[in-house]
Amino acid sequence: MRIKRVSTIGVAGVGLLGVLALTTGCAADTKASGGGDDKVVLAEPSWVGATANAAVVKKLLEDELDVKVEAKQMDEPVAFDALNSGKADVILEDWHGVPKKQKKYVEEKKTVVSGGDLGVVGHIGWFVPKYYADKHPDILKSYKNLNKHYKDFRTSESGDLGHFIGAAPSYSQHDKELIKNLGLKFKHIPSGAEAAQLKELKRLYDAKKPFLTYWWEPQWMNEKIDLVEVPLPKYTKGCEVPASEAECGYETNQLEKFMNKDFANGDSKAAEFIKNFHWSTKDQNEVAGMIAGKKMDPEDAAAKWIKDNKSTWEKWIPKK
Amino acid sequence: MSSPTLTKDEAANPAPSPKEPAEAPQEAAPPSALARFLGNPKTLALLVAALVVVVSALVTGAGTWPRSLTADVQSPLNDLDNWLVDNRESHWIFLYFLLHISNFAQASYDTLLSLLESMSYVGVIVVGTLIAWAAGGADLSRRALRTGGTALAVFAVCGVLDVWEPTMETLALMIVSIILAALLGALLGLASGVSDRFEKLLRPVFDTMQVMPAFAYLLPLVLMFDIGVPSALIATVIYAAPPMARLTSLGLRQADPTALEAATSLGADARQRLLTARLPLARKQMMLGLNQTIMMCLSMVVLASLIGAGGLGSEVYEALGALKNGDALVAGVAVVLLAVLLDRTTAAAGERIDDVATTSFSRAAAQLRIVVWGGIAALTVLFAAIGTAVAGDEWPENWVVDFTNSIDTAVNWFTDHLGSGIPLLGGTITWAEGFTEFVLNPLRDGLQTTPWWALALLVAVIGWIVGTWRAALTGVICLALVGWMRLWDVAMDTLSQVLAGLLLTIVVGVLVGVLCARVERVDKLMRPVLDTMQTMPQFVYLIPVIALVGQNRTGGILAAVIYAAPAVIRITAQGLRHVDPAAMEASNSLGATGMQQLFGVQLPLARKSMLVALNQGVVLVLSMVVVAGLIGGGALGYMVVRGLSKGDLSQGFPAGIAIVCLGIMLDRLSQPAAKRNRD
Repeated sequence: MRIKRVSTIGVAGVGLLGVLALTTGCAADTKASGGGDDKVVLAEPSWVGATANAAVVKKLLEDELDVKVEAKQMDEPVAFDALNSGKADVILEDWHGVPKKQKKYVEEKKTVVSGGDLGVVGHIGWFVPKYYADKHPDILKSYKNLNKHYKDFRTSESGDLGHFIGAAPSYSQHDKELIKNLGLKFKHIPSGAEAAQLKELKRLYDAKKPFLTYWWEPQWMNEKIDLVEVPLPKYTKGCEVPASEAECGYETNQLEKFMNKDFANGDSKAAEFIKNFHWSTKDQNEVAGMIAGKKMDPEDAAAKWIKDNKSTWEKWIPKK
Repeated sequence: MSSPTLTKDEAANPAPSPKEPAEAPQEAAPPSALARFLGNPKTLALLVAALVVVVSALVTGAGTWPRSLTADVQSPLNDLDNWLVDNRESHWIFLYFLLHISNFAQASYDTLLSLLESMSYVGVIVVGTLIAWAAGGADLSRRALRTGGTALAVFAVCGVLDVWEPTMETLALMIVSIILAALLGALLGLASGVSDRFEKLLRPVFDTMQVMPAFAYLLPLVLMFDIGVPSALIATVIYAAPPMARLTSLGLRQADPTALEAATSLGADARQRLLTARLPLARKQMMLGLNQTIMMCLSMVVLASLIGAGGLGSEVYEALGALKNGDALVAGVAVVLLAVLLDRTTAAAGERIDDVATTSFSRAAAQLRIVVWGGIAALTVLFAAIGTAVAGDEWPENWVVDFTNSIDTAVNWFTDHLGSGIPLLGGTITWAEGFTEFVLNPLRDGLQTTPWWALALLVAVIGWIVGTWRAALTGVICLALVGWMRLWDVAMDTLSQVLAGLLLTIVVGVLVGVLCARVERVDKLMRPVLDTMQTMPQFVYLIPVIALVGQNRTGGILAAVIYAAPAVIRITAQGLRHVDPAAMEASNSLGATGMQQLFGVQLPLARKSMLVALNQGVVLVLSMVVVAGLIGGGALGYMVVRGLSKGDLSQGFPAGIAIVCLGIMLDRLSQPAAKRNRD
């Protein structure tokens, strides 16, 4: 009786012991991946545009330069930590949403370096659906007219004020402060995740209800829903710092690439390719639209774009 | 045992009118329960406290915690954040301690994953099925065949659904986390099972480990252990170890006294008694603990993907970003299937240990078993060597069936039609708006306009009534801590959501639980549904929930109810079923109707289980506050999410602590002292 139990317990322990035994050989290795030319690790945020970047870069690197690529899911702040430690090599699309980390790693510690512009221009603003703006065109003249119509935007969440659909927490934003500083009769209600915001907009749009939201371009859903922008006070450099005193809209942003310093200076073809990688908002939207709108596999979407746009990507391949 | 009558009267007179004579004649007959209830000074105190709350809220109309009684907790946390970043490459604590932990975690995962990958899908299916079969007994018995069959089916379905690679990544991560969580849990459980002092010391630690949102401690973990597998693994272990520890401790403490006495009389010392009698006797509870640990490990899969650990969670998260419900659901199904696989295999192994203890067995069977396991090991090595050469390293593409688009269509049809299209009833969106307006808003406004001192008084009085002065003190301290961290208003918002969610969970849970306990067929029907509700990653149903009720607090509450109700249903049903048959018989013979039996006998006698159900309801609803924050729940949940996704330790961490405070307070206010003393 005892033998059998011992044997069962012994067997159960085999897996663990095996794991333990195999790991002793590789203790105190500071960098598990990255740095070398054998595998490139991309930090891939959760939005579809980022998936499109990653899919195209991955396919080209693997097919043309024979470099193994791994895309790892992570948001901007975590991605900067990963670039610093060498757990990831590249962020392909950065919206400058974590200025503190950027300052710390790029300027102070110099472990992260810029990889140049992505070519895609990011624009953030406040938007309403076109069917609403058609009925109340004055809303497109100035944000001030929002206060005339705030009652249209009321929901059970916002009570007596209008409901402002805020962005996901990791995105660059100062809407809450803006509403307060501009004296608007709205309540800022944040979205917890981009997916949640997209679904809510889709729901309201299908029901033809009025809404006011934080929105941006490039964004694949722009092909499916028609939103128009409410002008905010013009952006000037530094006008949103500190956020509590912000009274302006958003900067139109050249999206930037960031790389781990060792990887960037490592003189590899992969690093050179990534520095060369530069495409337009239209290109990105095309791939993103295939992934999200037509529900294609990212890999297939990238393959299709690569097939149709040889002249664009040929320039990215480093010369021998 | 006077509780049955007391409960009955309470139910009959929910609101005793103050006109009733408080000092009922007491000399002749023993006082009735109602008289005792009213004559109790505690009741009076409760009424007074409630009155104070209402009046003060009406008079002052604003309940903010005074600014002078707060502290700046953000600056020290910011300093800590900076210190971690500056020192992580040079300080000894990283170089000689934390780095080894993170490398160990990474290496175990890498080893296991590369083993799975080198075995190719053929090897994994063959060896996996064989292991499950051997765990079930390695013979032709029904159990062994069923366990093996389950494994085979799970692997096959994951392949056919085209999620083979992420499934292997998740499987590798889960195996390592389950082993570590179970070991840690068993060790802590052992400590708290044999020593009363450890028990007292560890109980709040376990509470914190479970209620503290993983989002809140993920950030410091990322700073200490870097992104990816190590942090995900440690976060999972922290969350999943407590059930194993609690149940191990419970098992050790409940060991049959006669068996222990027998062991003592045979001359066993304390250590031998522990090893030969107490531990083996606790194995049932330990198996239940393992089951819960497995479920909780798997519920962390999506979270792991947020910091780059990959696997099925990453598939779910990415699919939702493109609003592909079908893809998300397919990956979610794979997570549920993995839970079933791991649970059934370990359960079969556990049952077998039970059999061994009760029946004798032959030497031949033991030898056969050794041969079987030896064979499995040999096959593993063989496949690891030649697997990819024989079968290629990917699941063959023509063995894939794509359901995702039809799922998308189905989900969209369903949400479109239920959302607003129902004539007369309006649809879920109208109901949700009503719920927000008539339940949530008044509740939140009420809590936010009540002055802090009145609320503290109410908490103290309730704590004193249901527990002891100790419970009252704990509740007030928790409340004060929330205020001290400058989170009073946000916490009151969260508290209103939690209370509403808890109420719904308990109502739904008890109703369905009663139904399950009384109707066998419902119980059978519900079991797989409950399994799915507990292990399906919440993200999968969060997005369709928005289509049904919109992006608001009600959606978050709905998600919390879906996640928390299964535990309440299970515990209620089990408690009712285990009511002493003699009592049921007696009530039957006295001619009680089914309803009378339920309210007069079953529910009162199952009081202990109901309290456990309540406690689990509190813990699980609170654990969903953060998830609710992801779809518009706002308040503390959103702060925690924001803290993680902005990399801001000083915002996420205090909000996480505030959630723990609310949890401990609600637990102390809902668990009578008797239970605490007994444990």
